[in-house]
Amino acid sequence: MSDLSPEAVKHHVKVYVRVFVALAILTMITVTVSYLHLTIAAAVLVALLIATLKSSLVAGFFMHLISEKKIIFAILALAFLLFLTVLLIPVLSHP
Amino acid sequence: MIRYISKPHPITGVTNSKLGVWCFLASEVMLFGGLFSAFLMLRIGADSWPHGWELLNVPLATMNTLFLITSSVTMVMAWASLALKDIKKYRLYMAATILLGIGFLIVKGFEYAHKFEGHHFPSTNNFYAIYFTLTGLHGLHVLGGVLVNTYFLFPGSGLWKKDPDQFMGRVEAAGLYWHFVDLVWIFLFPVLYLL
Amino acid sequence: MAGRTGRRKGFAVSDQHHSNELPFWRQYIFSQDHKVIGMQYAVTGLLFLLFGFCLMMLMRWQLAYPGKPLPFLGNFLAESPVMPGGIMLPEFYNQLGAMHGTIMVFMGVVPLAVGGFGNFVLPLQIGAPDMAFPKLNMMSYWFYFIGGVIMIASFFIPGGAAQSGWTSYPPLSNIAPLGQTFWLIGMAFLINSSLLGSINFIVTTVQLRAEGLSFFRLPFFVWSQFVTSFLLLLAFPPLMAAAVLQLMDRLAGSSFFMPSGLVVNGATTPWAGGGSPILWQHLFWFLAHPEVYVLILPAMGIVAEVMSCNTRKPLYGYKALVYSVIFLGFLSFIVWAHHMFLTSMGTQMNSFFQITTMIISIPSVVILTTLILSLWGGSIRFTVPMLFALAFLPMFGIGGLTGLPLGLAASDIHLHDTYYVIGHFHYVVAPGTIFALFAGVYHWFPKVTGRKMSDILGKIHFWFSFVFINGVFMPMFIMGLAGVSRRLYDPVQYAHAQSVQPLNVFISICAWCLGLAQIPFIINFFSSIFFGKKVDDNPWEATTLEWTVPSPPPHGNFAKPPVVYRGPYEYSVPGCAKDFLPQNLPAGQAGAAEVK
Repeated sequence: MSDLSPEAVKHHVKVYVRVFVALAILTMITVTVSYLHLTIAAAVLVALLIATLKSSLVAGFFMHLISEKKIIFAILALAFLLFLTVLLIPVLSHP
Repeated sequence: MIRYISKPHPITGVTNSKLGVWCFLASEVMLFGGLFSAFLMLRIGADSWPHGWELLNVPLATMNTLFLITSSVTMVMAWASLALKDIKKYRLYMAATILLGIGFLIVKGFEYAHKFEGHHFPSTNNFYAIYFTLTGLHGLHVLGGVLVNTYFLFPGSGLWKKDPDQFMGRVEAAGLYWHFVDLVWIFLFPVLYLL
Repeated sequence: MAGRTGRRKGFAVSDQHHSNELPFWRQYIFSQDHKVIGMQYAVTGLLFLLFGFCLMMLMRWQLAYPGKPLPFLGNFLAESPVMPGGIMLPEFYNQLGAMHGTIMVFMGVVPLAVGGFGNFVLPLQIGAPDMAFPKLNMMSYWFYFIGGVIMIASFFIPGGAAQSGWTSYPPLSNIAPLGQTFWLIGMAFLINSSLLGSINFIVTTVQLRAEGLSFFRLPFFVWSQFVTSFLLLLAFPPLMAAAVLQLMDRLAGSSFFMPSGLVVNGATTPWAGGGSPILWQHLFWFLAHPEVYVLILPAMGIVAEVMSCNTRKPLYGYKALVYSVIFLGFLSFIVWAHHMFLTSMGTQMNSFFQITTMIISIPSVVILTTLILSLWGGSIRFTVPMLFALAFLPMFGIGGLTGLPLGLAASDIHLHDTYYVIGHFHYVVAPGTIFALFAGVYHWFPKVTGRKMSDILGKIHFWFSFVFINGVFMPMFIMGLAGVSRRLYDPVQYAHAQSVQPLNVFISICAWCLGLAQIPFIINFFSSIFFGKKVDDNPWEATTLEWTVPSPPPHGNFAKPPVVYRGPYEYSVPGCAKDFLPQNLPAGQAGAAEVK
């Protein structure tokens, strides 16, 4: 956060409140969808999509990733790639 | 003596603590990645797997989700209050964050107690095993965050007078950790409870 | 940060800017100075290396003379439950094996290579006053210490230490005695120590480099520690996850790794089942493969430093080295299942991991080749560190080449879990990494203490170690090709193993002689601290920044923050008065011809 003037912070606060409302709404949506008892494939897709959206909001705005420096992104990108690796390879190796 | 504690490095643009905490979070991504990998392997290898909403209390967990989301907002508002040099507002928001975190843990406690009363333990089957392990490890992370935040609310806040930039950096780092804990729950909740 | 450097018993007495006020326990025990912490790591690591070595020497008795009582020592242990009558029990043999591996890898080599050398040398080589997070650094040492104590303590509890291999495969490890739980908790402490350390190394290297010290002017030692830290940071957590899961299985009765319908000693087990032992293998090897690169990379870094200094010429192919080590680090995360070729993953997965494993040999070969080519045209000084560094090259070559049939699934079918594997990985770690670590000790001892180690004792140590270590590990390839399995308590139980039993006797004798060959080193190390020849700040006439400060360096390292003007290996620059240009010498001084 390079710009820390009172105006900039107040603008960020407005963004935080809007993100909070979005998160609350998305939470209610994901819970409601679960009551529909969709097929497993559809349920997983919807749940993960909404979760990805929510986490992007938290990461982007609360954690300020949307304006963060390159070096942080580089480390996170590497971690994310490896996260996918450790998540998927064992499952794909399952006979 | 050691530079870039309070002011960012001219080329990388970050302070030491910011880079450090993001490195730590990268490792935490891998920790929960290992556990989610376990969940996937067990689920794929199982003959049958119950739906989360059959066995777990969805309304209670939804409330817990809202607790954590709200605490994320109050945490970032605490940091913003420091940016506006309002130490009183900072204390208010930080206290709210801590209370919401404790609330989360209390609800978790009730959930676990109810499960144990119904004789559902990690040894019962692998659904309960991974449920208790994932939420338990996450809960320990919440507890750790609550303790760190309490330190920054009370004894640690003395740094605000000596070096406000460094204190703000520390609160920001604690906030990044807290948001991450919220992030993990954002995935844990649907995966365990809603699918 | 100028100050006096006290000399008490020849050790580095860090000069705190308020040194008169710091009590003994905060200056030497709970110190936050990277140099003290580095020494703590190094000494603790060396002690654990010795302990792990002794465990192996015990095992070698059983392998050479199976079922025979151990002479001398056996009389003391005759009443003990583990060696009744001086004859080793199979359970004890398994404990020795599992703990030898665990202690050497996690409590010996890595703490010495990364915690010891990394902590002491890295901040000095980048011109920093200390690590970025001194308190975290201190904590990382004490986590290591606690983890080590838990591991050693496990020998003395009922049932003994962990005995399911350093790899702790379930279901066996799930039903193993209490020692396995100690192993898991000990590993948790070691993993956390590693995590804190790696964060420190990464932030320090990125943020605290001196002015003018761009990434491509860094000594290769710093690059190797930097890449190693990423491996530790991102590869250890899944093993932490696996340890949590196994603790849940053992303590809470879950079945993460317990398959359904398991029968042990004729009785069904109380676990619900439905678990996957292969899950453990994936999570374990996800760490353990990058871990072996953690073992080798710092060693390559040390060899690079020692070689450039003792050939008096720049390293050949610095950029190739750097790009190779980065590529190697990245690839090391996607080769792990070459340890699992025999677990029915399917031909597609086997092919994938076979391919990545073959590809990863490319940067390894580039690194080895550039190091060998660095010798060409050099004025080689056969100092003791250089002897060890030179030996590293062919030893690592043998280790690497023998890995090739293991990385190819078809040949691995015959060689997996045989003595061939033991020969392969020991060649890389023992005459490979550990020789490089010895090189590092001899090389940096003058910086730590202000005294040189004895050359005569060093050369005796080197030559006897070199001969005997090859005697220990070369025959293992033959044994493995003959089909002898690893982790065998009774080496003559099977007919195919009986024919190569004489090799076991030969190996054991070489191993005990190798142990004796370490005595000159131990004597040299301790006596040189007090009686070694005093030397000036730069006895090797090296170019990197650690040689520009006093020996031992004061707290804060540099009186003024240094400025760097050139790369790390400006030796024998044409037109210069001396045959080396320190990195911090301003341009145009001492008849220096400026090089970028």
